[in-house]
This record gives sequence, C-alpha cells and structure tokens, in this order.
Amino acid sequence: MSATPAAKRAVAESCIDYLTLELVNNYRRQLQGPPLQAALDAIGERVGRQLVERYAKERPPLLEQLDVMKFICKEFWAEVFRKSVDNLRTNHRGTFVLRDTQFRWLTRLSQNQMPPQVGQPLPAPIPKAELAADYLVLPCAIVRGALAGLGLEASVTADATSLPQVDFTVVVRQVAAR
Amino acid sequence: METINAEIFTLTYGSMVRQLIADYEDVEEVNKQLDKMGYSIGQRLIDEFLAKSKTQRCADFRDAAEKIAKVGFRMFLNVTAAVTGWNAEGTECSLILEDNPLADFVELPEQLAGLKYSNLLCGVIRGALEMVNMEVECTFVRDVLQGDDANEMRLKLLSSSTETYPFKDE
Repeated sequence: MSATPAAKRAVAESCIDYLTLELVNNYRRQLQGPPLQAALDAIGERVGRQLVERYAKERPPLLEQLDVMKFICKEFWAEVFRKSVDNLRTNHRGTFVLRDTQFRWLTRLSQNQMPPQVGQPLPAPIPKAELAADYLVLPCAIVRGALAGLGLEASVTADATSLPQVDFTVVVRQVAAR
Repeated sequence: METINAEIFTLTYGSMVRQLIADYEDVEEVNKQLDKMGYSIGQRLIDEFLAKSKTQRCADFRDAAEKIAKVGFRMFLNVTAAVTGWNAEGTECSLILEDNPLADFVELPEQLAGLKYSNLLCGVIRGALEMVNMEVECTFVRDVLQGDDANEMRLKLLSSSTETYPFKDE
C-alpha cells in the first residue's frame, strides 16, 4: 500500500461513469460466472469499506448510529456521489431513508440512454426501472460497505421510480464488530 | 471536464479486477476480459473525446498516437504519455505512461505474475481507434506493477481506411 499522495489526484468524472456502465453491461451479457447482483455486491462492498477507511481515519470514532448516518449523508456522499444527501428520515428504530434528488451516478441514465454500438444489433429495449435497478446495485453495495466499515451491519436498497431522484433505504441489522 | 477524486475510480477498478480474478481463476482470461471491457468503453468514449477535445480529423496513425498520448490521457486520466519507439514504416509505436492512476495503491502478489492489471487501457485505445477506422493491436509490454521500469503499451496499426494512409491501395 503506497502512501496517499499529498495532493489528491483527480480524473475525469466520466471515467467512473464508463466503468460502472461497462461493469453492468459485462455482467448482464455474462453467461457464466456469478450473476450481476452477486458480483457487483462484492465489488461495491470492498470499495465502500476502503473508501470509508480513508475518509474516516482522520476523525474521532462515530459512536451513535445517527452520527454514522449523518457522516454517510454528508461527507461520504459528497466524496463519492458529488453532493450531500438532500433529506434523511428515520423511524428511530434502525431504518433510515436517504433521499438524493439528483443522484449523480444515474443522471445520464435518466436523461438519455447510451446509443447502440455500431456494428452490433440493437438490443431489445429494457424497461428503465429495471435498468436503473441494475445500475443501483453497485452504489447500494458501496454504501453498505461503508456502513460496515463504520461498524453498522445494514441492508441497503434503492428506489429509482422517480429518476433522477433516488431513495436509499438503510435497515440496520445489528452493530457489527469493527 | 468535470473531475472527481481519482481514488473512487482507482478503487472501483481494483475491486473489479479482483472480482474478475475470482470469477475466472485464470490470469490470461482476466487479461482478455479487461481488454474486452476496455474495448466497449473505448467505443463509447471516442464520442466524448471528439466532442470535447475539438480535435481535427487525425491525419495519420502518427497523429492519432500523439493525440491519444497528449490529449486523450490528459482529458480522462489527467496524465500524459510519451510516444516513442516508432518503426520505420510508422505503423508501430510505444506509449510510455509514467504515471498510471489505475495502479495507485496496488501491489500484486507473486501468483499474479501474468496479470496485465491495466489491460483495460489497451482495450479502450483499440475500441476508440476502431471507431475512427483504424484497426490496431495494443498490448502491455512493460508494467511497473510487474517490476518493470516503465509502463509501456505497444501499439500496432493493422489496417486503416483513412484517406491519407498509404495502406489504402494495397
């Protein structure tokens, strides 16, 4: 593991778009190997854990569930999805709903779909909600990984019925060992 | 170009490679898969490149290689590559990438000695050039992650249907 460079390196935002799009496409067309959900779950969870380890290492530990959620909604979200969560609601019994009214990773999807590739037959159209569901596996897994890295074992699901708004529902199962 | 912290991209790429290794359990297959995924990305990315770089039509393969190295890498990965090692015919060259953002935080264990970790880049170049009618072969020949002293991609023009290229009449 090399040391973190002094100045944070930047790359074009579209790099992550291309990569996540291709990840979904790859596991969609894959006939063997793990299904899309399992593969992207594993990929995202590792990323979430690694990222949160970097972002949270400079700060005192977050002891309360609500503090963890606030950290995820503000700092973590801003780093990964480029803006904070717009609204956080909770039932105070371990369920949280994080609303992002302009979820960055799906804005392209909500505007227009990628053009078909030249020289390849047009794929059958896929309903947008279903398509969005595939693209949300990775972000959900990243958030789940980040929560786990902060000591909360949770399930994370997302609802994209009113794109570009996305609601993420976090249900904390139990406090995991760090 | 809008930019993001590279680490989210770098870590996602790393996690993806790790998943592919678990999926295939064979580094050669992983190399192929990375190339294939890069190829699809390249086919899409060329549009954004042409639109945002406002670049003129490449005169020839030499010109294309320079644009990839100086404009393409800068636009997307915020680094530049050097173009060296031209053959006499001007159909083969090397791209030397001094600084590879994909490889940040990465160390490869010995059992992955055959892994072309950044092979996605070769696929991207191949896919992008194909969309401007240049069919190329692109391979990693040196990789710092494998203990080499540089990152070198060898680029070889197979055929081209651009107006000016002398392969036209053959």
